[in-house]
Amino acid sequence: MIKVSNLVKSFGDIKAVRGISFEVRDGEITGLLGPNGAGKTTTLRMLYSLLPPDEGEICIDGLDPTRDAMAIKRTLGVVPDSRGLYVRMSARENIEYYGRLHGMSSGDIEARIAELVTTLDMRDFIDRRTEGFSQGQRVKVAIARAMVHNPQTVLLDEPSNGLDVMSTRALRRYILDLKERGHSIVLSTHIMQEVAALCDRIVIIAGGRIAADGSAAELLQQSGCSTLEDAFVSLIGSEEGLLA
Amino acid sequence: MSGLGTVYKKEVRENLRDRRSLFNSVLLGPILFPILFIGLAYFTSSKQQERAEQVLEVPVAGAEHAPNLISFLEQQGVVIQTAPEDPLAAVSSQDVEIIIRIPEQFVEQWRTGKPAVVELIADPSRRESDIPLQRVRGLLGAYAAQIGQLRLQLRGAAPALQSPIMIRDVDLSTPQSRGMLVMIMLPYVLMITAFTGGMHLAIDSTAGEKERKSLEPLLINPVPRWQIMLGKMSATATYAFASLVLTLLAFRVAFPLLPTGALGVDLSIGAEALGGILLTVAPVVVLAAAMLTTLAALAKSLREAQSYMGLVFMIPMIPSLIFMVNPMKPETWMMAIPMFSQNLLIGEFVRGESVSLHWLAISMGSTLLIGLGFAAVAANLFNRPRIVFSN
Repeated sequence: MIKVSNLVKSFGDIKAVRGISFEVRDGEITGLLGPNGAGKTTTLRMLYSLLPPDEGEICIDGLDPTRDAMAIKRTLGVVPDSRGLYVRMSARENIEYYGRLHGMSSGDIEARIAELVTTLDMRDFIDRRTEGFSQGQRVKVAIARAMVHNPQTVLLDEPSNGLDVMSTRALRRYILDLKERGHSIVLSTHIMQEVAALCDRIVIIAGGRIAADGSAAELLQQSGCSTLEDAFVSLIGSEEGLLA
Repeated sequence: MSGLGTVYKKEVRENLRDRRSLFNSVLLGPILFPILFIGLAYFTSSKQQERAEQVLEVPVAGAEHAPNLISFLEQQGVVIQTAPEDPLAAVSSQDVEIIIRIPEQFVEQWRTGKPAVVELIADPSRRESDIPLQRVRGLLGAYAAQIGQLRLQLRGAAPALQSPIMIRDVDLSTPQSRGMLVMIMLPYVLMITAFTGGMHLAIDSTAGEKERKSLEPLLINPVPRWQIMLGKMSATATYAFASLVLTLLAFRVAFPLLPTGALGVDLSIGAEALGGILLTVAPVVVLAAAMLTTLAALAKSLREAQSYMGLVFMIPMIPSLIFMVNPMKPETWMMAIPMFSQNLLIGEFVRGESVSLHWLAISMGSTLLIGLGFAAVAANLFNRPRIVFSN
């Protein structure tokens, strides 16, 4: 359960987020949809306590990221926009490192990696050094290391960026699978089809503000359009940033 | 603190797999510097020996004016050559190193018992003429002394009258203290090693991590940022320290190979001095790691960080340069200055003198304190969003 109210964040003169409020319910996939530069990444960074908000409040399962940063970090699984891996270490070592940083025991880490190797289909490359990995392989490792401590809430920032069709399908299956098992998921994206295929609720962000909030059906009704894409354009009031 | 340990272990292990990192800490200091030293020492000593033993060939202009002097020189093994037409031009154009010119007045002056002028034409600013010039001067002086004594004896005076003072050198330098080159260079080399040993890791683990986009996901882990930073700094310090130990051991092995016997210099470093030097430099490792990590974390990119590192080489150089230009007697207050105090103390150790524990404590304490100050600054750098997101 995430509750965000009146979030504001500026960088110098640039107002990245100007009063955002929304809710994420347990066991649902919530999509943050918006053109590039709308403030999605900044909003997520405040959620996972990397940036302190200028104004507003965040509450994740009863915790406030500005006050309980360490506790928040233990409950969240985050796949941020930056997904750099350590190229001189194998995929397994990359994931192990994060497990240790979460204070897990060697036995727990090993068991958890075995599980993740199966669900994310990483058998072929788990013990290879990550230098020269494909985008798809890299995203899988980034997801695995974010999920190593089996977090209840998962934040994904544009997870399908740079993936081919097959990898995107596998990723969607995995996200739906997480929902089945009762995780709450926040997904930021600028890709319409992704939202349509995955999300229970859609929060449309444009220019640092909430343009609309609701299920796909509600958004269609609200805008009076027949397709989600038309609804999106009419709700944010421009086509800018859609073709990325 | 387990987060700190995890970061530390990962950085040490990952960088062991990095060839550039290993090159910097294992190859550069411990292997390159001693080889450079030995090579340089061999070159200078063999050149000096060669010149001192070479047959001295000297062109003489106006040899006919002083046949006795010429035959004296020939007895001493000098090969007399005919001088070129224009002796001054020949020397300045570097065709010949040295020419003796005996002017025509020599005969007259000699006969009347006045000081007879012999000209030595050479360019002392050219170092290769040092040794021939010294040898010719010595020979001419010996001839003059011999003739002077004969003249006094002929007039019935004791030759001893000519030497109212006799200078006797009482040399208190120890064989170690004569190793001047090494004394000046060794502290500098060790200080540089303290910096270069961990340099690559410092850049790779901060600016490099930022550039490879692995810093943001790392900071999402439930480990306080100061622990992450301190873990990285400790790994940097470990590499620098390992590099330092290897360099010292390499020098210990290399010194007996130096051609020091001919120079009357003893340069072996005993195990005790070795331990003392290591203890002296160890705090510099902490200071260097903190400074490097701070600088590299402030850089926006790997490239920018690397360009800062040129500056870093200057830092340990400054005290060594001051000491080279203006050698100072070590005093207590100097021990509070990082890098300068180490310079002085290493000098004392190499000279084979007993070092005051009081001084050592001040030097270690002050350097460590300043190093920890820098570390505190660096540890807080990751709390600034500007440092985390370079774009």
